[in-house]
Amino acid sequence: MARRDAPGLPDFSLLKRLARDQLIFLLEQLPGKKDLFIDADLMSPLDRIANVTILKQHEVDKLYKVELKPIVSSSDQLCFLIRPRIQTVKWISDLVNSDKVAGRFRRYKIIFTPQKFYACETVLEEQGVYGDVTTDEWNFYILPLDDDILSLELPEFFRDNFLEGDQRWVTTAGSALHLLQSVYGSFSKVYGIGRFAKMVYESWRELMEEGEQRTRQPEFAKVFLIDRDVDFVTPLCSQVVYEGLVDDIFRIKCGSVEFGPNVTSSDKSIKVMLNSQDKVFDEIRNEHFSNVFGFLSQKAKNLQTAYDKRRGMDIQQMKAFVADELKGLKQEHRLLSLHIGASESMMKKKTKQDFQELLKTEHSLLEGFEICECITHIEEHINRQVSMIDSLRLLCLLSITENGILSKDYKSLKAQYLQSYGIEHLLTFANLRQLGLLEEQQAGETLTVMESKVGKLVTDKTVGKLTDAFSSLAKKSNFRALSKRLALVPKSGEEYDLRVPRDMAYVFSGAYIPLSCKLIEQVMERDGWTGLEEVARMLNGQEFAVTGGCSSSEARNKTDAQRIVLVMFLGGCTYSEISALRFLGKERGKIF
Amino acid sequence: MTRAKPEDDEYWNSSKFKAFTFDDEDDEFSQLKESKRAVNSILVDDDDEDEEDVERVSWSGEPVGSISWSVKETASSIRSGSEQSFPKIDTTPSLSKQGSGYSLSSLFKAKSKPGAFQSFSESFSDTSSRTYAPELRKPKSGGKDVVSDLSPEETVRRMQKGRAFSLEKFCSLQDKLLLLDEAVAVYDGNVITAVLIFLKKSLSKEILFRELMARDVALRHYVHYLKEMGEQKLVVELLKALGRTEDMALMHYKEHLNIKDESRRRDFLKSCLSLPFSQDDATHVQDHYTLLERQIIIEASDKKAVAEIFKKFPRKASILNMPIITTLYYSCFYHYGESEGTFSSPSNIRKTFRISEKQYILTALGARAKLKSWFDVDSLFNTKNWLGYTKKRSPIGFHRVVDILHKNSAPVQVLQEYVNLIDDPDLKLSGALKYKCHDIVINTYRDLKDRQQLIVYREKLERDSPEYRKIQELLNNVQIRWKN
Repeated sequence: MARRDAPGLPDFSLLKRLARDQLIFLLEQLPGKKDLFIDADLMSPLDRIANVTILKQHEVDKLYKVELKPIVSSSDQLCFLIRPRIQTVKWISDLVNSDKVAGRFRRYKIIFTPQKFYACETVLEEQGVYGDVTTDEWNFYILPLDDDILSLELPEFFRDNFLEGDQRWVTTAGSALHLLQSVYGSFSKVYGIGRFAKMVYESWRELMEEGEQRTRQPEFAKVFLIDRDVDFVTPLCSQVVYEGLVDDIFRIKCGSVEFGPNVTSSDKSIKVMLNSQDKVFDEIRNEHFSNVFGFLSQKAKNLQTAYDKRRGMDIQQMKAFVADELKGLKQEHRLLSLHIGASESMMKKKTKQDFQELLKTEHSLLEGFEICECITHIEEHINRQVSMIDSLRLLCLLSITENGILSKDYKSLKAQYLQSYGIEHLLTFANLRQLGLLEEQQAGETLTVMESKVGKLVTDKTVGKLTDAFSSLAKKSNFRALSKRLALVPKSGEEYDLRVPRDMAYVFSGAYIPLSCKLIEQVMERDGWTGLEEVARMLNGQEFAVTGGCSSSEARNKTDAQRIVLVMFLGGCTYSEISALRFLGKERGKIF
Repeated sequence: MTRAKPEDDEYWNSSKFKAFTFDDEDDEFSQLKESKRAVNSILVDDDDEDEEDVERVSWSGEPVGSISWSVKETASSIRSGSEQSFPKIDTTPSLSKQGSGYSLSSLFKAKSKPGAFQSFSESFSDTSSRTYAPELRKPKSGGKDVVSDLSPEETVRRMQKGRAFSLEKFCSLQDKLLLLDEAVAVYDGNVITAVLIFLKKSLSKEILFRELMARDVALRHYVHYLKEMGEQKLVVELLKALGRTEDMALMHYKEHLNIKDESRRRDFLKSCLSLPFSQDDATHVQDHYTLLERQIIIEASDKKAVAEIFKKFPRKASILNMPIITTLYYSCFYHYGESEGTFSSPSNIRKTFRISEKQYILTALGARAKLKSWFDVDSLFNTKNWLGYTKKRSPIGFHRVVDILHKNSAPVQVLQEYVNLIDDPDLKLSGALKYKCHDIVINTYRDLKDRQQLIVYREKLERDSPEYRKIQELLNNVQIRWKN
């Protein structure tokens, strides 16, 4: 789950400090030496706000990763820093119980972050260790990943929320917003779309009502909440901006990426932080990939000239050079070679996998022509057993843009997919169907969408009310109509100069403007949903716009001038969308 | 069933006692402990294990006579002993409250037996789980206890904020449902789950299932919770009760992923065959079973195979649990040309799993080209027409074929033949250029009567090579009417 905002910005390090202080406080609740067990996916976020020294200062003796295996620790005090997951809690309970059997006495403390769940506590109780184990909450909701990106870092969010329909993270998101508000002042206006966005807003409002009103000068003007399932299309497209590519290929985790040996051209891989501190990266992250190479080589040349300045310098100049510039140059040199290495290996990967063909297929799907060719291509993709995920992505894209795949095609594609990648993916298909990502068209569903909806209700009556309720979560996509109305796909045939991007479509080679970003743009422009009613209806409604808690007009004027918009994607967002929003921010003279 | 195991009871008590000796609140605790033992002793003749039985004190249908009443008595005496007001789950964690929080809630919530979650299905198959806790609350809902007297709204608010609360007074079904609906209304999944846990313990599952049927959001939370708790069986049961048989079948099928041993996995898959999958999925599951069955046979014989091919290209991994296509590839690689009767032969696999011609050719081509067995490659595409001529046909474009051959470093002669078969002239030319099939390039230009291109191409060739001379001849041929 990610969120973003932008330059000129409130100082997010404040959030880090808050989180750190709270953690320290919690650690001190268990005085004396202790061993700390950390959930694997909490390690990187923790790294961002505290380091080993700080932990040691607070009497943390040894650090372990939670691996759900028996532990080897001689300490008498064990502290667990975990996400509220039942599995982990069960493991801890087993641990406590086996200690009991062995007659071993220790003190245990679990710190749940960002909050604890009743379900977890019930486990402790059921296992008979409630009381032996003390629990606490570390309200570490938001991790600032960059100057303009904040993240909840909850990898389960999407699955829990959209697939399982579990709303346990709704309050978390609400509390996160509340935290932001209490630190940075209230927002003047809140927009949102999607079921969960609405819930998050409600939960946040609830918190707002009981909290005292802040008189602080607000630093955010507006908030935009958007459900991930409002726009599934965008994350299904291959990313072509630099940062997005890095993510697609190397996986950016918690703002840092691990480059393998082939990138670093040495025998070990290194972990790199990717944020605006990295000057080279900062300049290319939002660029279309085709521009990156040119830029990097230009950079390399500049670097060379800078190095060359050394020649013909006298001692004095040399001294100044070494003192002032060399370090910076060296640094730049290192970064440059890293990013060149990364680009190279991306190029290699992308040409090997017939990337061009993949992109072409995606673009035709988005435009909605030559669907037959697309299906053939997808079929071939599957037949050749190349990248499982890419095949699936294409299938989902086909389904969403076409409002479900024709029954005949669906059956054959599914059969071939299972043959190529393993039959257990039956389950994957079932999950995707539940999400509405990959669906079979109902027989004879060539009617218009509205009609088919009515028709569906009729046929479903026999199946029972329940299945209907279940499937209503999986919504119809109406992508074509939306795309037309919002002009998401620029007219084909026009040349698109990627060097001088005209609009947000550049993040997809000019073929498509991310729906999510377009929505945000439109709503901001209109200051609400007026005129977008039909669009909202096609997205299954649930849109809202509320004037926020701070109602004094004076405050609003000020915030309008400030124009910082916080966009919160419920269920994660892609780097392409971030890039697009950054572009939008520049274009409109607004700061997001 | 969990009937009559007094040893367990004792063990539990003793172990628990030990664990608690360090507690600061020794006094209060032992006090509680005693009352607790009293409770247990009351129950002994009727039931067995401490908490588990507490839950089942009152049998369904039967009036909750003297037993539960006496429990009530005991419980209220406990209550007066501790000031803590029966928090279901102690949400304000501080050491001082633990003792009471623990023992009280465990008393009423009936689930501290180690490993209770594994035996959930058993405890559930005891259908009479009207709980004792609600019964117990009645007398004391007299008004003194603030926390337990709250309305559903207030209780949910308290739960949201993590303050102490009590669910015990929600005894009537109506109250319980109001509570659940309230939790759903505030969109707090955490609270919804908490309420559901309470309902799970205090309602018979038939009733709970029935009520959940009309409450989609709560139902999804419940399913998710059970999944997370590893209570697959109950989920399956729930889905069945809801008539969602397909989901149930898939849920059951999913279990196979946890089975490591392949023959056990095979047997499990076999047991899945009778599940009510949708028509398509049933075919797939059948395939899955057949596939694994075959793979086990193939694996067993190939592990000790001594044939030439296995020595030349030692197997890198076992074939078990590989997808169908990989299996096909494997069989095209190691078992090509075997008669259709054997399980490991490509034709048998192709037939069994209804593999399309296109897919088959593609896979076989890959495997045979890898082995550089160009003859086999040729025969893949050969078809005889009725006159007895052989002709090459392919369900996949020949440019693809060339691509694959090239990747397996086929010699120029082989490539040339297939480049020639490419239908589309543009693709053909670009293929020929890419793979340096000079003859084809030259012939294409000749057919296009493109003199200029020929001259350009000539420059790329070595002087006096046969191709060079061929171009030379063509250029000198006066009979060709060049277009440029």
